[in-house]
Amino acid sequence: MPAFVVRFFTWLNDAYGLNFSVFTDAYDGQRFLLGLWTTIELSVVCIVFSVLLGMAGAWLIGGPSRLGRAVARVYVQAFRNTPPLVQLAFFYFAIGGLLPQIGDGAGGREPIVSGFGWAVISFSLLAGAFNVEIFRAGIEAVPGEMVEAAESLGYGRFQLYRYVLAPLALRICMPALTNNLVNLVKTTTLAYAIAVPELLYATSQIWSEVLNVREMMYVLLAVYIALVAVLVWLMERWERALRLPGFVA
Amino acid sequence: MTDLPVLYPPRPVVARTATSWPWLLAAALALLATAAWGQGGARQTTILEALLRWGPLIFGGFLFNVVTSVLSMALGTALGAPLGLMLIARRRLPRGVGWSLTQFFRNAPWLVLLFYVMFLLPFELHIGGVTIPLPDWAKAVLGLSLPVAANVAEIVRGGLQSIPEAQWSAAEGLAFGPFQTIRLVILPQALRRMLPPWMNLYAILTMATTLISIVGIQDGLTITRAAIAAEARPDLMLPLYLYLLLLFFAYCYPIALITQALERRLVVRG
Repeated sequence: MPAFVVRFFTWLNDAYGLNFSVFTDAYDGQRFLLGLWTTIELSVVCIVFSVLLGMAGAWLIGGPSRLGRAVARVYVQAFRNTPPLVQLAFFYFAIGGLLPQIGDGAGGREPIVSGFGWAVISFSLLAGAFNVEIFRAGIEAVPGEMVEAAESLGYGRFQLYRYVLAPLALRICMPALTNNLVNLVKTTTLAYAIAVPELLYATSQIWSEVLNVREMMYVLLAVYIALVAVLVWLMERWERALRLPGFVA
Repeated sequence: MTDLPVLYPPRPVVARTATSWPWLLAAALALLATAAWGQGGARQTTILEALLRWGPLIFGGFLFNVVTSVLSMALGTALGAPLGLMLIARRRLPRGVGWSLTQFFRNAPWLVLLFYVMFLLPFELHIGGVTIPLPDWAKAVLGLSLPVAANVAEIVRGGLQSIPEAQWSAAEGLAFGPFQTIRLVILPQALRRMLPPWMNLYAILTMATTLISIVGIQDGLTITRAAIAAEARPDLMLPLYLYLLLLFFAYCYPIALITQALERRLVVRG
């Protein structure tokens, strides 16, 4: 932390009693940064898995297999219409409780899947369900002539998706995808409930020790708004980079 | 080369979602039954007993979630509608203020906003000589209504802006003032378009009400966890959590279906 920042917040504390301990106390600052890093890690991993799940689901829903379509549709509706927090509790407590524990090499025992792991599984499945719907809508919005043209050129189903549908559908559904990924980043705060040391959890530890709830709350809100802003900025840049002249989504 | 897709006979278009809802419920019930049955023959009855014993209590907690969601939605709509009007104001100042508030409350995580309201509001308010008590549930309703208000504002803005500009000009030509135009010309048309996203938001809010269990209010999730703790039986977790998930599903899925149906009707009417 630069010296002038420390001096400024020390002065703020002395003069007005506003204790921004994350800027003045090295230990609190470190805990906060660790929490921020965990949140970013959780968000990035979940974004990757949820997009993969979304693509797999959209592939199944557009496919010829009745079973595949049914599985994908039940998955989407089940995860879209139940509370994310209860889903997380279900995975972490109910399913995590059923799994065996393994030795940690130091005589203790620990669960096979950590809290972080369950958060990744739960949030990826949740956001993935929304992504299936988003990608499906994007694929449906691709003009039918494109599909017919590809088929008449002898494209198989995979080639059709890979070279025609996916590139066009992605451009069509970018706004909805951005929206869902922003929601995903916001949802990572739920990992607080299963004691994953992400940003909200780390911050709550700081404010319960230092008793500076008000100040930390403002830092927390500012950091989350900034995180979302960075994600939106990246997605908009990507959307612009993908823009095809003449193709109006 | 006989497997080219163009050579296939055209596939009949199957109507979707219309039949899937009872089917889904049956699948979920089957899952629950399997979970109950899968625990082994000797314990089969005890799991059923546990569901019978705790089911009504958990349902009561779930009803509390529903009540919370209705109150938050009402408050959020009351706060969000004027905010939405600010977003389309002609003058810069209200538009800027409205935009900042909407962006802030839409992009902050719901849980953080809930923490904010729960921890930083006093337990009673003194206005003049009157003391208004603020119980935890009231603060929770307020905390949940803030992000709802911001989302309602966006829905209102989108709905009002979807009405063609000519309608505004026509009303102006007939000497309607801005509020008359909105009330008599724009709203009757825009409300119909706002309804589906508003209902969608309500379903999202209902599912988000479980967050109040984190800040220490007794809702469906709290009672489910208390039931599991009271029984001290880890194998009860699966059926009890599934039961709670099913309650929410049975409430939110019909809302989603109605929303979809309304949206489809809108598309047809253009």
